[in-house]
Amino acid sequence: MDLFEYQARDLLASHGVPVLPGGVAETPEQAEAIAREIGAPVVVKAQVKTGGRGKAGGVKLAGDAEEARARAQDILGLDIKGHITHRVMVAQASDIAEEYYFSYLLDRANRTFLAMASVEGGMDIEQLAVERPEALARVPVDATVGVDTAKAAEIVDAAGFPAEVRDQVVAIAVQLWDVFRGEDATLVEVNPLAKAPDGTVLALDAKVTLDENADFRHPEHAQLADAASANPLEAAAKERGLNYVKLEGQVGIIGNGAGLVMSTLDVVAYAGEEFGGVRPANFLDIGGGASAQVMADGLHIILSDPDVTSVFVNVFGGITSCDAVADGIVSALGMLGDEATKPLVVRLDGNNVEEGRRILAEAAHPLVTVVDTMDGAARRAAELAA
Amino acid sequence: MSIFLNENSKVIVQGMTGSEGRKHTQRMLASGTAVVGGVNPSKAGQSVDFDGTSVPVFGSVAEAVKDTGADVSVVFVPPKFAKDAVMEALDAEIGMCVVITEGIPVHDSTSFYAHSQGGSTRLVGPNCPGLISPGRSNVGIIPATIAPNPGRIGLVSKSGTLTYQMMYELRDIGFSTAVGIGGDPVVGTTHIDCLQAFQDDPETEAIVMIGEIGGDAEERAADFIRANVTKPVVGYVAGFTAPEGKTMGHAGAIVSGSAGTAQAKKEALEAAGVRVGKTPSETARLMREVVG
Repeated sequence: MDLFEYQARDLLASHGVPVLPGGVAETPEQAEAIAREIGAPVVVKAQVKTGGRGKAGGVKLAGDAEEARARAQDILGLDIKGHITHRVMVAQASDIAEEYYFSYLLDRANRTFLAMASVEGGMDIEQLAVERPEALARVPVDATVGVDTAKAAEIVDAAGFPAEVRDQVVAIAVQLWDVFRGEDATLVEVNPLAKAPDGTVLALDAKVTLDENADFRHPEHAQLADAASANPLEAAAKERGLNYVKLEGQVGIIGNGAGLVMSTLDVVAYAGEEFGGVRPANFLDIGGGASAQVMADGLHIILSDPDVTSVFVNVFGGITSCDAVADGIVSALGMLGDEATKPLVVRLDGNNVEEGRRILAEAAHPLVTVVDTMDGAARRAAELAA
Repeated sequence: MSIFLNENSKVIVQGMTGSEGRKHTQRMLASGTAVVGGVNPSKAGQSVDFDGTSVPVFGSVAEAVKDTGADVSVVFVPPKFAKDAVMEALDAEIGMCVVITEGIPVHDSTSFYAHSQGGSTRLVGPNCPGLISPGRSNVGIIPATIAPNPGRIGLVSKSGTLTYQMMYELRDIGFSTAVGIGGDPVVGTTHIDCLQAFQDDPETEAIVMIGEIGGDAEERAADFIRANVTKPVVGYVAGFTAPEGKTMGHAGAIVSGSAGTAQAKKEALEAAGVRVGKTPSETARLMREVVG
């Protein structure tokens, strides 16, 4: 889960990382009140989980509290690359003497954690990594050891931080590791890490990604979820414990196993090329069990998607046998009753497939077409959706 | 021959007394796997009956290894306790530790992966279906009935169900070993480890490699194939339609910016001479052309 800037800022602050005073507002009035409290000038920043908000008009300076209110008015509701701005962060505007960069992240390729640091912060770090890789220090961090003051000093010296800020940055590096480790983050990135004219080093903007697999250790992370911006279908699926991702397309997809479902989306997209560019409408993995209840829950979500014009149920019976899956489909359709209005193409294969197909044939539900192969079924589903 | 797992493998189950562990221990035994023990500190000294086969429960992996000569451990322990279970297996220096558990925090898996480096244990997974050498041994949750007979194809895959699908399509030819390496961002055994082992295994004639979006494991595998693999390799990659920034079921299946796309993986594999199928069925057909 990616956090908003204001959430990341609060999380960093709770681990002792120095940040500027500020607050988050959902209305222009709240923005004005915050500006009054912390003192102008302030920066009003759109809270959206995407880059390039400055260029999109989502970051504005305000000289006094009234202006902060006006700028918040401008920014709230702004569409930035498809993300609607529901909140703004109002933070003290600070003069910046120098901009640095610091991050911890998961390095998948090397299966370890990585610290990255540079004295050339502020800009796009991917661009820096390409154009001037020597300006970006990359120091692996052993997950079993972590970052203490000595390790932090190694990172800070590798990046060549100036002597007058070295001790401050070392301390911040240890605190940021505390965030990364303590909060089960896969990314903690501070850009810029800024030196104010008085020499104080502060985290001015931060990105944090949390590992949802670690939620059992962090019940408090649940409140960071962004219910307002979530797709309503994704939210409804999550409530039912379903692994669902909404896409732009017409063929609703239900399958078992993440790999098989991803593959199903691709096969439907290929088949759809023949029918005017029909695409898959969603990713939905119902897992190994594929019980009647789970199947009914899945179908319910997919049939409530107004974009869906046909449904493809693609199940490989591995541990579950196909007769159980077929029973699940038949009972699910019974449970849904009149709600089930769109054609369903079903492909079953694997364990006890003959019995599964027999059950579906016998039920002879008017909406259900059984096709033997995955490629053939995808084609049929695309045809029905077109 | 087969890789990593054969008829002499002696297997212990960590989490055997839990519901998943019990169910799959039953299935592993039914497919002929030598399951010689389970591990649960609170049930040490007891035994569990599986249709007449009594399997003893030990207090620790070390005790189980000492008593039974086990060389493989399979982990069904829930995410919260998985790190300690894997660390225990690594410290007991068991030959191979196969982690089935899905949903382990990446700070935990990165820690146990780091701990495994320099040790003697092959780590497989986490978040994987395990591995099977048909007719010899089956460790994990891959249904042995899909392709029951040993054969000439080696398979390595990030995905469980795509493994099943591919084994089913090619069940008449059969597999030397099929390895599900798992869909997490950090896994122990990689495509490359399996490619090397299949290349060295005289029984394996051709290799099918299944990848998916996220990370650069497939690109690295492509480089490895170009330099080191002389046996024919057929590939499949899932996730061409996945949007950027969304996790597609597997924790590791995510396109980040322009990194980790299916298209890049397919192109890298094809540039290394791997024939890549557009669908699982087409991939199976390509494999038939290869093995004749």
